[in-house]
Amino acid sequence: MSLQIADVGKDFGRHTALRDVSLDIAAGELVCLLGPSGCGKTTLLRIIAGLETASRGRITLDGEDLMQQAAHQRNFGMVFQSLALFPHLSVEDNITYGLRLRKVPAAVRRKRAAELLDMVRLPGVARRPVSMLSGGQRQRVAIARALAIEPRIFLLDEPLSALDAGLREAMQIELRELQQRLGITTIVVTHDQREAMTVADRIAVMNGGTIHQMGNPLDVYRRPADKFVASFIGQTNLIPANWQGEQLDVRGTRFDPGQATRNTQPETADGRQIWLSVRPEDLTVLDQGAPADPNAAVMEAEVRFIRDVGASIEAHLELPARDDLPPQALVALVSRDKMQHLHSGDSTRIQLSAESTVVLAS
Amino acid sequence: MNTTPAPATTLQGFSRSESVAMAWPMIMLAVFFVIPFGTMLTISFFERVPGGFFEPGFTLESYARFIDPFFFKSLGMTMMIAASASVICLALAVPFTWSLSRMRHHSRVFWLVALLSILSLSEVIIGFSWSLLLSRSTGIGNILVWLGIENRAPKLSPGLGAVLTGLCYLGFPYAVLVLFPQLSRLDPTLHEAARMLGASPRRAFMNVVLPNIAKALVAAFIMVFVFTLGAYLIPQLLGKPQQWTLPVLIADQALFQSNLPFAAAMSIFLLGVSLSLVVCVGWLGRTAPHDQDDAHDDARSEEA
Repeated sequence: MSLQIADVGKDFGRHTALRDVSLDIAAGELVCLLGPSGCGKTTLLRIIAGLETASRGRITLDGEDLMQQAAHQRNFGMVFQSLALFPHLSVEDNITYGLRLRKVPAAVRRKRAAELLDMVRLPGVARRPVSMLSGGQRQRVAIARALAIEPRIFLLDEPLSALDAGLREAMQIELRELQQRLGITTIVVTHDQREAMTVADRIAVMNGGTIHQMGNPLDVYRRPADKFVASFIGQTNLIPANWQGEQLDVRGTRFDPGQATRNTQPETADGRQIWLSVRPEDLTVLDQGAPADPNAAVMEAEVRFIRDVGASIEAHLELPARDDLPPQALVALVSRDKMQHLHSGDSTRIQLSAESTVVLAS
Repeated sequence: MNTTPAPATTLQGFSRSESVAMAWPMIMLAVFFVIPFGTMLTISFFERVPGGFFEPGFTLESYARFIDPFFFKSLGMTMMIAASASVICLALAVPFTWSLSRMRHHSRVFWLVALLSILSLSEVIIGFSWSLLLSRSTGIGNILVWLGIENRAPKLSPGLGAVLTGLCYLGFPYAVLVLFPQLSRLDPTLHEAARMLGASPRRAFMNVVLPNIAKALVAAFIMVFVFTLGAYLIPQLLGKPQQWTLPVLIADQALFQSNLPFAAAMSIFLLGVSLSLVVCVGWLGRTAPHDQDDAHDDARSEEA
């Protein structure tokens, strides 16, 4: 089912948690609300769930107005950050609680619980008390319980945050597979951008109660709409620069942004400071004596530190102080080959090319 | 880890000074509880001198007086009043404490301070205030007259309702203080999870919140029950003679009939009855479904 969120806002006293957010979610789509804590993502999810009332705006489900329906009338499945499994009930009674409220006969309930436990790959624990389960197992029971009522919308609030890193990554993939198999419209709240990129069809990046950018994960990563999105999604280097006519002045180096993605135009911001966002994997460290790309900006940098974590190697570099500009730290991913020739304290050259740079005014 | 050698110990790993410090409460308990109780127990077997006091001896005469319909009637009335007051008190305190635990910090502090200030009032003041409030001439019944619902203000005190009102007023803060910690520790998303699964707020409360605070409910019940069982002033001030509870009769025997052996015997009987009830309810509470604390402990030990 498709969900339409139109100009929804929420005030807590004088504090505005959500500033007129609009969002359309297509049937069967998985949308991630991604942002730092306090950005309003959980408030938005709770309003969709009916656990919080919106101060403004409208939410409709396939055209049906949801604002008049209480949480227990919406038939939405929700997985809480705390999981909120009922400690006094067994696994099976937790999963079938919603079915019992719907007066489903006991035999049907038992069969359904077994099916759901199979679906979340947790067979044979139906009779156990939930206190006997491990973190990952509780997670699966919480998902099974929310799906037992065949919800119209599936909501998850930081569902995997209690799990350790390895299990979390595995569960992300499992969750995505399950959601695609069921084709259920799903909203996941998370502050983990890797999680969002793994599971989402589209990501809504939130901060300060507004949606900064909405798009498919790679798009948001490759073409961030502003500085906040660029630095929140993955790692990035933000380098200050100024428009000089059609060109940019990057720490004294002329640079033609050409086809670079940009949210600013020279004519509207001549002379004003803007930022270049370059991902570590897009920042080229030039070999000694290697020719530079004539269209790229090439700058002198000093190697400060090499961080070799096995799977990838980061070169931590610094552009020296210049005129009134302080030194600028940069991070570049380098190949193992290239690493052989880099040592801390070395001088080297880095190259920014237009196609992998994003020009941002704010 | 502590690597300094342990000092010479006297009591399972405690130093001499620590042992003395720990013995202090026991000495106080002996002086102020065991000795008076022993005295009372002894007196209950003494012989009564009619019209006078008592003299040492050993007789079961005072206990034999229990076999009397009047005594059982007042024992039953005492139990009934204490049990009703506890149930009413819990019925009011549970929803109140639930909303208290979900309030913002400031209003929560306000209500807790208000409740604690009730505790600072003496039973005498509470008793007289209620007897005024429930009287015909100055009581709240006059509001009904003023509203034109009644022609003449009803006389609400003395009576069973007045006794229960007074006792509930006394017991309510205690019930809230016992319930509050567990209710405020209870994960609020449990209630929300039940609502998301289709339970109305009321149903979610009954199905999910109540079973998870079973231990606190039992503790609060015992607390208010024992407290009201021992109440003496409220039943006397607000009750008719047929609602006089055992403590009132005990005081009557001790102070006005000068029959200390019988008063002592009744006290011991009341103590025995209330102790066995507490043990019974506590035992029932332990066999109740496992609650929050156990679940958390299990989770912790599993993760360790």
